[in-house]
Amino acid sequence: MTAADVLLASLGAVAVGAGLLVVTTRHVVRAGLWLVVTLGAIAGLYLVLSAELLAWVQVLLYVGAVVVLLLFAVMLTRAPIGASDDLDRVRWPGALVGAGAGAGLVALFADAFHWSRVGLPAPGTAEAIGGAVFRTWVLPFELVSVLLLAALVGAIVVSRPDVSAGSRPDSRGR
Amino acid sequence: MHPVLPFTIAALLFGIGVYGVIVRRNAVLLLMAVELLLNAVNLVLVTADATIRSVVPHSGQSFALFIIVLAAAEIGVGLALILQLYRMRHSVDVEELPLTEATPVVVPVEADQEVAR
Repeated sequence: MTAADVLLASLGAVAVGAGLLVVTTRHVVRAGLWLVVTLGAIAGLYLVLSAELLAWVQVLLYVGAVVVLLLFAVMLTRAPIGASDDLDRVRWPGALVGAGAGAGLVALFADAFHWSRVGLPAPGTAEAIGGAVFRTWVLPFELVSVLLLAALVGAIVVSRPDVSAGSRPDSRGR
Repeated sequence: MHPVLPFTIAALLFGIGVYGVIVRRNAVLLLMAVELLLNAVNLVLVTADATIRSVVPHSGQSFALFIIVLAAAEIGVGLALILQLYRMRHSVDVEELPLTEATPVVVPVEADQEVAR
């Protein structure tokens, strides 16, 4: 066990424990806050795995933007403040499928990698990732930008009642 | 570094996410479970990038970056849909979602268009 292994195991324990709390807590707001802990621990895992840029993007985009959006949604849908009992369905089918998927994947990975060791690769700095994206993966990058624009327009059309309720049906191109 | 450690963590997170997607009834909590799924996949990609030396360096991390952007787009559209659902039905419970019938009472124009299509 090296220092990297100890860090990976402890950060992973934090991520998995907080992830369990995200899907089992009875407070809607606390689920969002435990999600912050999970995503932060995963950012730490990225750092240990020498993916620097990705760790900071994870903190900026996930912890900064996605969780804030989720908490906004919690507030705008007037979620109950205290504990509520009607957040879950019957639990055992989900537990069965989830545990089956998790255990199956763990068995697959353990069978594939056993207890082998690898050295850590060159760090994924902004320069290295930028080179990889703009030399090799330019087409996916452009496609992702088009998709972001489409998602932006779609979100605006869906959420504006004067557009989506059909007050001007002629201009919608149907 | 033993690559089986982060791979195991990712697999456990994926199982937790699957459990959350199946069990949760609140649509916002459902989206949080989907975020867990996406993060598990990202962790697999980053670990594979650190483990397997490919011809193109850092391709796993590039794809993880793309998935983060996809997740941002997904959460934007998903929350817009959830807020519209709450506006129409005053509930975000996915159990109460009508999957077949139109909703003529709340938005009659939209319902007419649904029929006309």
